[in-house]
Amino acid sequence: MSGIEWNKVLKEMAISLVAIFSSFIIGAIVVLLSGYNPIQAYHALLYGAFGSLNNIADTLLATTPLIFTGMAVAFAFRCGLFNIGGEGQLLVGGLTAAWVGTFQGIPMLIHLPLTVMAAMLAGALWVFIPAILKAKLGVHEVITTIMFNYIAYSLVAYISLKVLARPGTVQTHTIEESAKFWRFSNLIDMHSYLNIGFVIALAVLVIVYYLLWKTTIGYEIRAVGISPDAAEYGGINSARNIVIALMISGMLAGLAGAERALGLFYNYRSGFSAEYGFTGIAVALLGRNHPLGVLLAALLFGILSNGRTYMNMMAGVPVDLVVILQAVIILFVSADLVFRRLFKFKKNGKGDE
Amino acid sequence: MKKTILMLLVLLMLTSLLVGCGGEEEVTTEEGLKVGIVLSSGGKGDMSFNDSALRGLERAKEDGLIADFQYMEPRETAEAERNLRFLASNNFDLVIGVGFMQEDDIALVSSEFPETKFAIIDAVVENDNVASLVFAEHEGSFLAGAFAALMTTRNELDGIKEDTVVGFLGGMDMPLIRKFELGYTSGVDYINEVKGTDVSYRVAYAGSSPAAFNDPATGQEIALSQYDAGADIIYHASGGTGGGLFRAAQSRGLYAIGVDSDQDWVASGNVLTSMQKRVDNSVYDTVLAITEDRFEAGIQVYGLESAGVALSPLDRVGVTVEEAYEMGNISEEDLARVKDMKEMIPQDIIDEIEEIREKIISGDIVVPDYMSQN
Repeated sequence: MSGIEWNKVLKEMAISLVAIFSSFIIGAIVVLLSGYNPIQAYHALLYGAFGSLNNIADTLLATTPLIFTGMAVAFAFRCGLFNIGGEGQLLVGGLTAAWVGTFQGIPMLIHLPLTVMAAMLAGALWVFIPAILKAKLGVHEVITTIMFNYIAYSLVAYISLKVLARPGTVQTHTIEESAKFWRFSNLIDMHSYLNIGFVIALAVLVIVYYLLWKTTIGYEIRAVGISPDAAEYGGINSARNIVIALMISGMLAGLAGAERALGLFYNYRSGFSAEYGFTGIAVALLGRNHPLGVLLAALLFGILSNGRTYMNMMAGVPVDLVVILQAVIILFVSADLVFRRLFKFKKNGKGDE
Repeated sequence: MKKTILMLLVLLMLTSLLVGCGGEEEVTTEEGLKVGIVLSSGGKGDMSFNDSALRGLERAKEDGLIADFQYMEPRETAEAERNLRFLASNNFDLVIGVGFMQEDDIALVSSEFPETKFAIIDAVVENDNVASLVFAEHEGSFLAGAFAALMTTRNELDGIKEDTVVGFLGGMDMPLIRKFELGYTSGVDYINEVKGTDVSYRVAYAGSSPAAFNDPATGQEIALSQYDAGADIIYHASGGTGGGLFRAAQSRGLYAIGVDSDQDWVASGNVLTSMQKRVDNSVYDTVLAITEDRFEAGIQVYGLESAGVALSPLDRVGVTVEEAYEMGNISEEDLARVKDMKEMIPQDIIDEIEEIREKIISGDIVVPDYMSQN
């Protein structure tokens, strides 16, 4: 890719924004019909998302796992693969982090990277079988990764509740100090649990961008994504790249679990993931499978998920209405063909550009 | 190109307009006691705990104890803490957390706001400003077990089979549900002992994760297998999973015992009774205590004596069933079916259960508590 084509980027952003804005209008109508004040509701939503330093930090905290899972889906997608198993990879990674994090007597310099790497490895291994099945036998990854989600649910529930649980609770033991992510509340006086995981997420975006567009392996992965047969003809080993792409995707999802375990909860507990793995699919879709897009999309969903709490608290609007809003946004974004046509029509009519 | 930028600008302007004209930030302050409640995962309309707690507050409002209350429905584990803090920092006099999942959150937020009163349902938090409202589920379950054991030996009754087997369906395999199970089986054992009967029980759990509380398909499978093994009455402590039990009871024309709230109407004519945890009573009591200036922190056990746990009426149709009829949740035939079923329950069994209840209250019968044993 030779530089960024700002023209194209702006257009893509405009399409997404129109979709988002339209869905907010529909959301307002729904709120109004449900007997609430939409202005009050949206004000509460925005106040919740940006109203104070603490709220902004909470928004970023909600954004963090979505950056990881969104990037996980987007990365696989660049190789033409649909990784729906992000949720399972996240849970397995999270539980692994919560377990390795309890190891005692290791200095932080070793313990923290070890824990994070263990989570990444667990996420990658969780998608290994689907990856091999896809690469060697052509078994569709959508089916296998979904199936592996269910295995993950049960396995993780069993281990966390039966093997690692703190007696009488539905949580595992608290991790050691040496495995905890640094929290911003150490520096700034606030309640938010925003932690260094957010910075790691940003770094990961840059690394993924570099990997995909500046390295040979990234070139190969993208080539396979465009056409596996053509790539094969050009001397690229499709099977190998499929396995690599899926495992990196799994690693990213595992990182999401690590951030929750090491930065937010300090353990593994039931209700560990609020379906971040699935929201990640929407984030990747909205972000056009590009790191920058993923960041913006994750931010939007972070705003919605943090803001909806305040919509509930300040305006009394049921949280379900925000879930409707999210659904409408996804619907509009995936139906962006309508907007594309709209834009094209205008262009043809006025002859701009 | 220019068009696109123009479009973006217009969008930005419209958005800022929307932000600009918002109302004030604080929650409206009203006269009287302000109560806030943070619900558990099922949210409002769970026909169980949350609804029961809200009913208690609703009653407190009708009785003029509180001006109004605000409820919150956290969607994520991490949100409950934010909800609790929001309520506490907005000068609510009493902040209630529903469910054991909020244990840590209440512990944390209650120490941040020592002047605010807190209550937690189904968990224990040892802070000077927290009332821990727990229930003697084992006592209520003991009554359910004794009742099931007495009923299953009456072969002359409709739907009661030759085999003297009763069943228990648990949701997630965890100490709290084991407490129900032990109470129930102890009730069966007690009847065997005093009556010389030979009632056996089948016990099964739907799973080992919280999802097992919302898995009616598995619940139905387990219920059918227990019915096939000779059971005619199955008691459940499994949340939404119990829906499967009710379906199974309907399809086989056999019986179930409901839990938590009065579920007698859910499968009309097939739910003999329900072991109710009167969360509403405990919430109401807590509010009342504050208005009378006698709020007490610490563990408050709601048992048979204080009607914190109770079987739904055996000799007549309960209020909840009538309400369900009035709300249009069940038809007139359904209501008649519940009535017929209640009339079928022999008076001597009803008397016997009442006697056992009094014996538990007086301490003549000591029901084993799984929690204190383990």
